Amino acid sequence: MDNHSIYLDSVFHALADPTRRAVVQRLVEGPAPVKELAAPFKMALPSFMKHISVLEQAGLIASQKQGRVRTCTLKPDQLEAAEKWFGDQRAIWASRFDNLDNLLTTLKGETNET
Amino acid sequence: MKPDLRFDFIADMQKSTLTVRREFAAGRQLVWDCYTKAELLDKWYAPKPLTTKTQSMDFRDGGHWHFAMIDPEGTYYWSRTDYQTITPIEGYTAYDGFTDETGVVNPDMPRSHIRQAFTDLDGRTMVEMLVSYNSPEDLQKVIDMGMETGLASTLERLDELLVFLAGESV
Repeated sequence: MDNHSIYLDSVFHALADPTRRAVVQRLVEGPAPVKELAAPFKMALPSFMKHISVLEQAGLIASQKQGRVRTCTLKPDQLEAAEKWFGDQRAIWASRFDNLDNLLTTLKGETNET
Repeated sequence: MKPDLRFDFIADMQKSTLTVRREFAAGRQLVWDCYTKAELLDKWYAPKPLTTKTQSMDFRDGGHWHFAMIDPEGTYYWSRTDYQTITPIEGYTAYDGFTDETGVVNPDMPRSHIRQAFTDLDGRTMVEMLVSYNSPEDLQKVIDMGMETGLASTLERLDELLVFLAGESV
């Protein structure tokens, strides 16, 4: 549980960067080697590895080295928490607005507003 | 929701903002009243099955709305909206925060900034709300609190996640 909280602190920081978001989006499709992940970006490998490191520290991805190939895998737990929150917020507002629709209908009946 | 009433819910993870747009089948003055009068807010603001109870309302620049949402077990969740600037019937800006029963803002919980805009839409009214947090860390804290209250989840569809990451409607 403790580790979980530590990870969560930096998830949004990790995702605030377009390169890192692109890496996560790619990994949603499945694991990929670092070399393939780095290919779309015009940056030196050490710079790219810093992004990988931030994502790993945020608990968003894991990487494993086999021979000379380092492969990255998505760890969806942290994203799920964020997605769940946004989903909850959407449901809360949808329910509120339904209430307001009903109230407006009642009020319009009372005041004959067109 | 009535099927012909527009509802947009857009999460922008990069800016730590939420944009919520909703159309209502009523005139702007009436919708404005529902957002700004305590006796009307009490009738709709809490999502079902919760109910709303206003403790105090002072709708003016620098004023506030102190209220609770009450769950079916009788637990009170206190909040306070602090109004910054109000332009009837066009919009207002405010800060939203969690409080205790006396209205003291919980210093451990980040407040969100709210910008509400009301516009005429051919006999209907469009309400747009922009919710922003100071930083990704603030937003994260709010989400962590949601986790602590026991809201666990499983990721069901990865395509939804892709849309979510792209900052589109979730």
